[in-house]
Amino acid sequence: MAEIRKSEGFIDWLDQRLAVKAFMRVMMTEYWIPKNINFLWAMGVVLVVLFGVLLVTGLLLLMYYKPDINLAFDSVNYTIMQEVEYGWLWRHMHGVAASATFLIIYIHLFTGIYYGSYKKGREMIWITGMVLFIAFSAEAFSGYMLPWGQMSYWAAQVITNLFSGIPVIGDAVVIWIRGDYVVADATLTRFFMLHVVLLPLVIVLVIAVHFYSLRFPHVNNEYSEELDFEKEAEKYLDGRKKESKVVPFWPVFLSKDFFVVGFFMTFFFFLCCYHFDFAMDPINFEPANSMKTPAHIYPEWYFLWNYEVLRGFFFDIAGIAAMDIGLIAFVIANMVFFVLPFLDRNPMNTAPAHKRPLFKYWFWILVADMIVLTVYGKLPPTGVNAWVGFFAAILFLGLFIALPFITKKEAKGDVQ
Amino acid sequence: MAQTRRDFIGMALGGITAVGGVYALGAMKKSWDPLPSVQSAGFVTVDVSSMNEAEVRTIQWRGKPVFILRKSADMPKNPARDITIGEKNFVVVIGLCTHLGCIPSWAPATKQFKCACHGGEFDASGINTFGPPPRPLDIPPFKVSGESLVLGEEGEEYKKMMKKA
Repeated sequence: MAEIRKSEGFIDWLDQRLAVKAFMRVMMTEYWIPKNINFLWAMGVVLVVLFGVLLVTGLLLLMYYKPDINLAFDSVNYTIMQEVEYGWLWRHMHGVAASATFLIIYIHLFTGIYYGSYKKGREMIWITGMVLFIAFSAEAFSGYMLPWGQMSYWAAQVITNLFSGIPVIGDAVVIWIRGDYVVADATLTRFFMLHVVLLPLVIVLVIAVHFYSLRFPHVNNEYSEELDFEKEAEKYLDGRKKESKVVPFWPVFLSKDFFVVGFFMTFFFFLCCYHFDFAMDPINFEPANSMKTPAHIYPEWYFLWNYEVLRGFFFDIAGIAAMDIGLIAFVIANMVFFVLPFLDRNPMNTAPAHKRPLFKYWFWILVADMIVLTVYGKLPPTGVNAWVGFFAAILFLGLFIALPFITKKEAKGDVQ
Repeated sequence: MAQTRRDFIGMALGGITAVGGVYALGAMKKSWDPLPSVQSAGFVTVDVSSMNEAEVRTIQWRGKPVFILRKSADMPKNPARDITIGEKNFVVVIGLCTHLGCIPSWAPATKQFKCACHGGEFDASGINTFGPPPRPLDIPPFKVSGESLVLGEEGEEYKKMMKKA
């Protein structure tokens, strides 16, 4: 039991009961971040801000949205868009923020790969980050279903049908997930539950673990310099701030982050106000119709690369059905990033990619390939497009098969 | 002695919790199952006597589109998949692409069902001829009753057809 005495003020009163001062020190003012980082290190805080935007706009949308196949479309496109004051703003912010979240997630992810921040003690940060990626993907997919337009419906149809690829029980699993033989009212209401309750809860929990997993290995830096955080922190607290190689999370690091956040939010509201249509597919403004597939269906841009891996295999190979190969490739493509820290056989070299003789090529080929997959994922899969997709998908898988060999070779040449 | 009694209490509690947990999961799984009203969604009877040659009709059965095509003379016959009523040959298939469930559309010029999603193609008998679809279009359970088809009921002709396949 703490010794309770007459308090000297409100903060002191709270401190005696909640130890707020010690808490602030541990979480903020004595949580040390390296100095030699760049704007790419601000993406985590940008994501937190975006998640906040999604949460608040989501709450406002939730007040008028109706999860029923007969009411959903009008509750979004009439009630929210035309009747509710500023309903259009919340909807456009919610849609654009979902898209922007994936943009920043990809930057965040590639920053981690480029600077080797996924290995040498940082594996759990990487893995919890990938869990977040999957959870956000599920969140985006379930949310996309809610306006109950043609794209909502057919995306749901196609994605739930992926589970039919599970051997033996596949077809039964699909019906179980949908709660009907086709995507129907039961499907809408259960995905509504996932979107507004279960998945956000999971995301919040995993974010907490993600942050926690960062505390012991510390934030990486631009040159992968090994820092003695205790020694550097001592210098900083001694007043030798210039000499110290670290800064406190609050107020120094966050104030720089806020600048990046401010810059980014300007771009975000520019999109919301002038180019919201990129997140509002015109086909989705036609009510869902189970009897008519739109002529051309495609996912939102952030799923195009793995969608292209899925459909890149369009012919049977060695007696295995094209669909099964595509499904296996799709599952591998989504899971392979999880094991990235273990595919890298040069685990002690955390130099940034431009200082690694082979890895730098691997990195840029991966980025280029994912851009090709994204571009071709949106094009109709006919003629030469199908072949580009096929070879890009093969290259994607090949890169991950090659990674252990490339990094092993690199490790041999290292002079450490 | 006291320790073993505590162990027993611990194991009893753990065991009962585990059994309860398994049953609770079972109950949750069942809550996700299709409702009885959904499962019993009925049987559809279609009168095909008035269909012309090369005509395609789309009807709805258990929330799925079903294509009924009356073959014309120039379309190759397929005894394993055609339903013959008198001298008329019909093809009845579930109109969902066997790849990922999009609805293909009938292209009269080439006499094919074409799927726009991923470029799959099926011939007039519903057999996959190009693209990612892993198998021909599925045939729904049917019964021939005069010049009508009852979808959802397994008739003699359907059972024979499934035996051949």
